[in-house]
Amino acid sequence: MKPSQSAQKAPRSRLLTNPPHWTTVLALVVLVIIVAIAVFAPAVANFEPTQLNAMMRLKPADDTYWMGTDSYGRDLYSRVIYGAQVSLLVGAGVSIGALVIGLPLGLLAGWFRGLDAVLMRMMDGMMAIPGILLAIAIVALTDAGLTTVIIAIMLPEIPQVVRLVRSRVLSTRSETFVDAAVLLGTPPLRLIWRHLLPSTIAPLIVQGTYIYASAILTEAALSFLGVGIGTETPTWGNIMAEGRLYFALNPWLVYWPAIVLSLCILSINLLGDALRDRLDPKMKGRSI
Amino acid sequence: MTSAPVLSVRDLKVVTTARNPAEILKGISFDIFPGETLCLVGESGSGKSVTSLVSMDLLPRGELAVAGGEVLLNDEDITKASPSRTRALRGSEMAMIFQEPMTALNPVLTIGLQMDEVFRAHRDMRKPERKAAALEAFESVSLPDPARIYDSFPHQLSGGQRQRVMIAMALALKPKLLIADEPTTALDVTTQKQILELIQRLKEEQNTAVLFITHDMGVVVDIADRVCVMRHGEIVETGKVQDVLSQPKEQYTRDLLAAVPSLTPRKARPQEGQEKVLELIGVNKIFSFQSFISKLLGHEEHSVHAVNDVSFRLDRGRTLGIVGESGSGKSSVARCILRLEDPTSGAVVVNGNDIVPLRGQKALAEARRAVQMIFQDPNRSLNPRLRVGESLIEGPLNSGEARAEAMARAGDILEIVRLPRESLDRYPHQFSGGQRQRIAIARALMMSPDVIVADEAVSALDVSVQAQVLELLAEVQKRQNLAVLFITHDLRVAAQICDDVMVMQRGKVVEFGPAEQVLAHPQHAYTRDLINAAPGRDWDFAKGRNIGALV
Repeated sequence: MKPSQSAQKAPRSRLLTNPPHWTTVLALVVLVIIVAIAVFAPAVANFEPTQLNAMMRLKPADDTYWMGTDSYGRDLYSRVIYGAQVSLLVGAGVSIGALVIGLPLGLLAGWFRGLDAVLMRMMDGMMAIPGILLAIAIVALTDAGLTTVIIAIMLPEIPQVVRLVRSRVLSTRSETFVDAAVLLGTPPLRLIWRHLLPSTIAPLIVQGTYIYASAILTEAALSFLGVGIGTETPTWGNIMAEGRLYFALNPWLVYWPAIVLSLCILSINLLGDALRDRLDPKMKGRSI
Repeated sequence: MTSAPVLSVRDLKVVTTARNPAEILKGISFDIFPGETLCLVGESGSGKSVTSLVSMDLLPRGELAVAGGEVLLNDEDITKASPSRTRALRGSEMAMIFQEPMTALNPVLTIGLQMDEVFRAHRDMRKPERKAAALEAFESVSLPDPARIYDSFPHQLSGGQRQRVMIAMALALKPKLLIADEPTTALDVTTQKQILELIQRLKEEQNTAVLFITHDMGVVVDIADRVCVMRHGEIVETGKVQDVLSQPKEQYTRDLLAAVPSLTPRKARPQEGQEKVLELIGVNKIFSFQSFISKLLGHEEHSVHAVNDVSFRLDRGRTLGIVGESGSGKSSVARCILRLEDPTSGAVVVNGNDIVPLRGQKALAEARRAVQMIFQDPNRSLNPRLRVGESLIEGPLNSGEARAEAMARAGDILEIVRLPRESLDRYPHQFSGGQRQRIAIARALMMSPDVIVADEAVSALDVSVQAQVLELLAEVQKRQNLAVLFITHDLRVAAQICDDVMVMQRGKVVEFGPAEQVLAHPQHAYTRDLINAAPGRDWDFAKGRNIGALV
């Protein structure tokens, strides 16, 4: 009994005891800096991100314009910093939205077998449409505001969450403690809440980080394609889209937002991996 | 035995490689000679499986390590041999068969291909020769139609056939040593009997030394020449099987033997009153498997008649045993009574009400209270994330009892099952298997049931723990005047606790009557087969004597 006791106790403390890998620490530091920059953007930025200066078009980096200026003479450094706001907001909106909508659907699909057939065919249908195409269609049909973009990116993510939650529910419901709860007269909704929901939380948190990263990337892609948020609100994607035209003149117009975007995505994914290893040691070293 | 031992284990020590190393084997020694079966017998955690893994050089790397002693196979020390050397020895000089033949075989390769692999790895043979050798090996383990087996996939064979294939593979290269780790534990008794006879016969034909690991004293009687009783990584007692069983020297061996239930049914209890609490009338359960597409195409429905016209009644205070092998439908009967499955037809009458037409948890509330269940595996039947108290009060809360009141009652009931009241605040993993089963019993008692259905409730427990749990069950039955429906494959357990016994085969009741009559004077051929196949049936363990002549 002794060894199995300690083995089972481990999950409670593992999150806190083992020191994290240095890449995890680095990723956390980078992400904290990016978040801080986004929150305190007005203080960190040197200019208003939309302030035009016709005299200062496409200047290289110097003491005033730390990353140079774009084709309208706007300060690239300030725009990249304000761009973090949109990216992080979109990531948070999409991942929270997808989890909030996907979790209950997955729980219900996993437990009520009749509902499952209908719901999962709908999800299959949604997954058959390429996510970015669906997002473009939605944005094209409405106006390209922040909310629209969030919804457009979130919709294709929902089936992934539903499928993940459903598969966890299906494996947990074969445990005899679920049968035992049925025999104790526990009504279905309370049973799902007490016995099935807890086992879905850990993989869901991890999935959330991946959705967060992919949402930022998709938003950048939408902006780059010109169907995202308008250029009056700077995002990493639309900065790159504009810079693309002057790539030959000043490649840093694309490089700077690209570097920050990559760092941000990499950090989130590294944190997601670390979280997954902690919550589910069996998955260690595997990619999703 | 004058020849040299095949396997000689000397003062073997194995430790865990964690930060605080714990000794798993504390210096054990034994020899096995050609043509001899040595049984290692002990309860879970005694170190018997670790012993077999060391002998095969299969210790999980990074978890366990040999800390001292030697394991000599034909005078060659396995613990010091190189990995490539032990790889060559495995298969040719020593072979192993495992508990679960399904997981030991690769499900996506044919049996023939997996058998072929054995010859290809160790022998320089051409393909037709290898196939001929494989068919011969299947023949020698009495597999029917070796050519068909050769082309089959593992899932197309029965459990017994798969274990025969494993044995054929293990013995294909005529190893000097066969290690069998609980090879019959996952099999039905009648299949178990055949496999034990097969191992016995092959041992004699090939003069193999067999290291046989089991927890079942009955199996020991049937197969062992000598026996080592193990406990906590030490050998408590060793000797000829007859000697150890009839004159055990150590107290632990005596306790272990005394805990083995006798096959002789206990005296029937006088029946007081005849208050019917549960009755089944012509219950049928047909599982049908048909996909939407095949329904459209009008294909014939594939169905299994799991429960076929089962009727019985159970009175307050009585114990009815349902015995049968896997697939006999005994668990399906339980699931129909508990309405975890909906019976296809028939009536399940609980306290005078037919519960079959009822739908939904609200309608079934009264039946749920009246009939409670204890499951086989207490590790899985308690939610690991909930404190014991929360698990215990779940049912009462559902029926509207106040939380504080229910919790107080839960404390009382824990004391009835002899666990301290403080257990309420602990998690299931902080308890041993036997204690967890007590918690499961407490959870059932919280509902003040009239009937308890125990589905293989002691099958996952060690024999000494099993005895304690059965004792507890008998005690609460008497105290609360409960009716118990006890489902088991173990005739010994049935003989000791049941008033009536119902024998099931392929969904049908083949024999039903008082335990004394069914088990001592079986009428149906299948019941007789079951009793004949019960391992160690000629031996009364508690009294330490052979009763074969009496039966």
